[in-house]
Amino acid sequence: MAENPSTVNSILRLEHITKIFPGVKALDDVSFDLRPGEIHALMGENGAGKSTFIKVITGVHKPEGGKMFLYDEEVHFDSTRDSQQAGIACIYQHSTAYPDLTIAENIFLGHEIFDGPLKKLNWRSMHARAKELLDSLGSELDTKTTMGELSVAQQQIVEIAKALSTDAKIIIMDEPTAALTKQESEDLYRYTRRLQASGVSIIFISHRFEDMYELGDRVTVLRDAQYIGTWDVDKITNQEMILAMVGREITNLFPKREVAIGDIVLEVKNLKKTGLFRDISFHVRKGEIVSLTGLIGAGRSEVAEAIFGIAPADSGEILIDGAAVKIQNPTDAGATGIGLLPEDRQRQALILDWEISKNIGLGNLAKFKRKFFYNVSHEEEEAQTLAEKLAIKASTIFDKISSLSGGNQQKVVIAKILTTDLKLIILDEPTKGVDVGAKAAIYEIMGELSEQGYGILLISSEMPEVLGMSDRILVMKSGRVTAEFTKENATQEAILAAAILNTEIAS
Amino acid sequence: MANMQRTNVELDRLALQHSFDAKKFFIRWESLLVVILIGILVLNVVVSNGNFLGSQFFSAANGFMDKSFIVLSMAFVLITGEIDISVGSTVALSAVLMAISYNAGLPMALAIALCILVGAGCGAINGLIFVKFRELPTMIITLATMIIYRGVATIILEDRASGGFPDWFAEISWGSLGPVPYSVIVFALLATLFAVVLHKTAFGRELFAIGNNKLAAQFSRIKVNRDLFVAFLLNGLMAGVCALFLTSRMTSTRPNIADGYELEAIAIVVLAGIPTTGGKGNMTGVILAVFIIGFLRNGLGMFNVTSPVMSVIIGLLLIGTVLISNFFINKEKKL
Amino acid sequence: MLSAQTVSNENKKRRGSMREFGMLFILIALAVFFTVANPRFISGENLLDMFRNTAILGILAVGMMMIITTGGIDLSVGAVVSLTGMVSALLVRDFPNTPVIAAILVAMLVGTGCGLINGFLVAKGRIIPIIATLATMNAFRGFTFIISDSAWVSAHEFPADYKALATGGLGPVNNLVIFWIVVMIVFYYFQTYTRTGRYVYAVGSNPDVVNITGIRKDRILILVYTIQGLLAGLAGILWTAKFASAQPDTATGYEINVIAACVLGGVSINGGAGKMQGLILGVLTLGILENALPLVNISVFWQNFIKGMIILTAIVANVLIKRRSTAQGLKRREI
Repeated sequence: MAENPSTVNSILRLEHITKIFPGVKALDDVSFDLRPGEIHALMGENGAGKSTFIKVITGVHKPEGGKMFLYDEEVHFDSTRDSQQAGIACIYQHSTAYPDLTIAENIFLGHEIFDGPLKKLNWRSMHARAKELLDSLGSELDTKTTMGELSVAQQQIVEIAKALSTDAKIIIMDEPTAALTKQESEDLYRYTRRLQASGVSIIFISHRFEDMYELGDRVTVLRDAQYIGTWDVDKITNQEMILAMVGREITNLFPKREVAIGDIVLEVKNLKKTGLFRDISFHVRKGEIVSLTGLIGAGRSEVAEAIFGIAPADSGEILIDGAAVKIQNPTDAGATGIGLLPEDRQRQALILDWEISKNIGLGNLAKFKRKFFYNVSHEEEEAQTLAEKLAIKASTIFDKISSLSGGNQQKVVIAKILTTDLKLIILDEPTKGVDVGAKAAIYEIMGELSEQGYGILLISSEMPEVLGMSDRILVMKSGRVTAEFTKENATQEAILAAAILNTEIAS
Repeated sequence: MANMQRTNVELDRLALQHSFDAKKFFIRWESLLVVILIGILVLNVVVSNGNFLGSQFFSAANGFMDKSFIVLSMAFVLITGEIDISVGSTVALSAVLMAISYNAGLPMALAIALCILVGAGCGAINGLIFVKFRELPTMIITLATMIIYRGVATIILEDRASGGFPDWFAEISWGSLGPVPYSVIVFALLATLFAVVLHKTAFGRELFAIGNNKLAAQFSRIKVNRDLFVAFLLNGLMAGVCALFLTSRMTSTRPNIADGYELEAIAIVVLAGIPTTGGKGNMTGVILAVFIIGFLRNGLGMFNVTSPVMSVIIGLLLIGTVLISNFFINKEKKL
Repeated sequence: MLSAQTVSNENKKRRGSMREFGMLFILIALAVFFTVANPRFISGENLLDMFRNTAILGILAVGMMMIITTGGIDLSVGAVVSLTGMVSALLVRDFPNTPVIAAILVAMLVGTGCGLINGFLVAKGRIIPIIATLATMNAFRGFTFIISDSAWVSAHEFPADYKALATGGLGPVNNLVIFWIVVMIVFYYFQTYTRTGRYVYAVGSNPDVVNITGIRKDRILILVYTIQGLLAGLAGILWTAKFASAQPDTATGYEINVIAACVLGGVSINGGAGKMQGLILGVLTLGILENALPLVNISVFWQNFIKGMIILTAIVANVLIKRRSTAQGLKRREI
């Protein structure tokens, strides 16, 4: 990497970009430059303007002000087609793949290889070329596999191959690691470095500091639609970075409270579900926060869904307050005092078109029933109380969920759960896709809940969160609990080792 | 907590939200339907030289009441985001079984009960297949049962008609209380019941939740399968009610009756502002749409508009209203 | 993890071929049953006759498959068949010197126009396909009655060469069958070896992202509905030639048969998947059921029931197979 900025030309440069949506400035005087062959991390909280910024680069949005230069020449993109032709490829956060089409087809969609005057598609060469591209990335996927059969990580490899197949010189990766396990992220780092080695410049958008440290040469931070600054990655500390991103210092991100631990509230014994998990035994006490961690795919969410009755276990026992209970469906779970905050709030917990109050009411429709009728004002009162208690940021409780930020949406889900009289709350990745400020608020709420005597089972892949919030930590690997730590003897290394066991830990 | 203050300040606006919002009312779908309905009623009055205001109103309504029963329950099904194209066949099967069981010696009252029961049974079968095999789209399940139910009716009655009911049976659809036909009274009662259930009970709320997001509904401890089953059961039940009134009006039945009723019911529900993707809409719209289509046919009929032309007009009306809705009213949610 | 992934990959492949294998099994079982019951079933004459009777269904199914692949549906196809058939019949009745080829072109042109209307409503009007085509079904059907004055065009009013369209052939193979085969070959090539053909699958496979990848979704949608219109036009003229009569209520409800053939042929109603190989099996299965029952002395009144049961069995069996292979995949997973 060239280290002297003054002698290096930028391959892509944006100056004073302003983008205005009706009523909102989405980008306000943002400048940015990308050097040849560098990996440039773009960081910022949700809503900071990162997505809009890439969409300006790829030609989805036209900026109201500012200029864009490619190889020092001013360019205007009217569509993604323009930016693609200029050698810019984007790997979007949500997969843009076609699940029913094969890998080769997905790679070549839009720039197929064909021959003859009839433009007959040449499948043989497409498969061969796709295989070459995947080989060059070190992947052994079969090009005839349909995309829907691949894991998220595998799909991303195909997306990278696709970007390469267009001979892109600049590749933008929008939160590629968001849904990946630690190991898969490591693999992705490797692919990304190969790309860099082959001369591609990369803009890497992420929430995770690990990504930035692992990959980035430089980092640019956006906050509230504004450009904050650009630094060399090795010259900025964690604290400075957080300060840049949130504009305030978060002194204690993990307000773990000292809470009196009570009796066992939930105990599971030898829970088993064929192919997903087995020999799951653990307990959670009143006021205790127990973490269930491990790689994505280790079976954590499946255990949670079994306890909550979404997909009951094949065998094993669940005890609440020492008494065995039979949980066949979520209604049973609620009746025994178990609540679940599911992993994917938009798909599994919320109705985006509905107001906050109706969503909160959805948490316990039976409670707001008065004989035959549904009591809306009762629901609204309760929603109001909970919204205040959890400090949900909205103009009223009649705002639509879709207008809220991720963090506030998550608070609505928590409010929804709290409408029911519970003993144990399972939180499945409660801070996923939530910005730093809202994260702190959610940890605060967790602390309060434990103080009120709820038992909390926290499922999380985020190591700092697990270490910062838990009284005890359980680690799962391939469907089994492989280790248990107390908060005193837990270390990042030990947890990671238990989570990946004999797999090599990348240095 | 940090944001407490802000939340509190904003709460004062809460009081305002229930007050009448004129602008909102006029862009509401039902308002548009009211306007259309008034236009159609005026058309009817003019074409009938005022007779429509007298007895004609109810006799016209009686003519389209039987299929309107299905519209009520079809609205439930569509709100959950599902579809049921088997109801026309269910009507035929219910009617045929009622006719042959009566002719085989069953007392008429029991035959009527059987008719309703068969309808409910057909709906229950649809619902059961669906909840047991949730992987299957309801379009396909009810496509199969649509063919099967009518198939059974055809096996029983082949190409014959069956009738010969007691005289009082015809009274069910031809009789009236004062000027108001029984069918209209029953429809009014059932429509009220459906509206109350949909808008004032937890079950109604659950139907909307299911139509919006089935997974979230399940995670919210709603008994999704039970509710879906009930929606299909009701649809079958109403098809049985339809069969009863239709047969009474026609005085006999054949296996090919009520052909296409399912599509007409769906069309009316969509006109009412309930998208086939589910999750929204209301019963006021449904009831308005029932009368719009019914009286439109009646008015056009008096104009000596033939039924083919009516088909064209109704098709165009459906397209027109959905287009208006898509581009002017519900920009975010497509019908 | 990785090993689990590979296992499930193998499962899916097996599942895919299993599905077509299952259909093939049903088809063979039916053929064996009919042959045993009446050996005349397997005679060349009967088979050719059956193919001839199935050709129109086969032609329409090809267009329907493409529409369903995009996640849509076309309820208007029966009405378009009727309209185009009527237009061409009226043409040759009133202008007996019209060459047959001109009549074919006119029918296809009218069909294309109908399809174009459907396509525009779906793509540009953003009306959900089932509603858009429900509306146009009404409109096209009504239009057919209007232009024909609700009257038939009967056999003696058709010129001989027009009727020869359905009686003539190449050696023992009837023209209808030849049309069917040509349509299948052309669209097999289209779907497998052209960009646009592949985009049809892409649109159905992930409709939300097609615009990002630069596929013009609207154009693809308009195209598939237009193709279906064109094929329905062809089917329309073939239909009138075959029955030597054109009636305004021709092919009422026929769309259900066409959709059923697709469902039996393994076309996923959710879009994205469907193959010509499977479709042929689906069409032939329906074809056998519609033609062979009299051979074994089963009353034609049983036809619908049997057809419906086979569709239901096929779709339910498919779900059970899928579930079993998923369960086996999980069992094999090492944990």
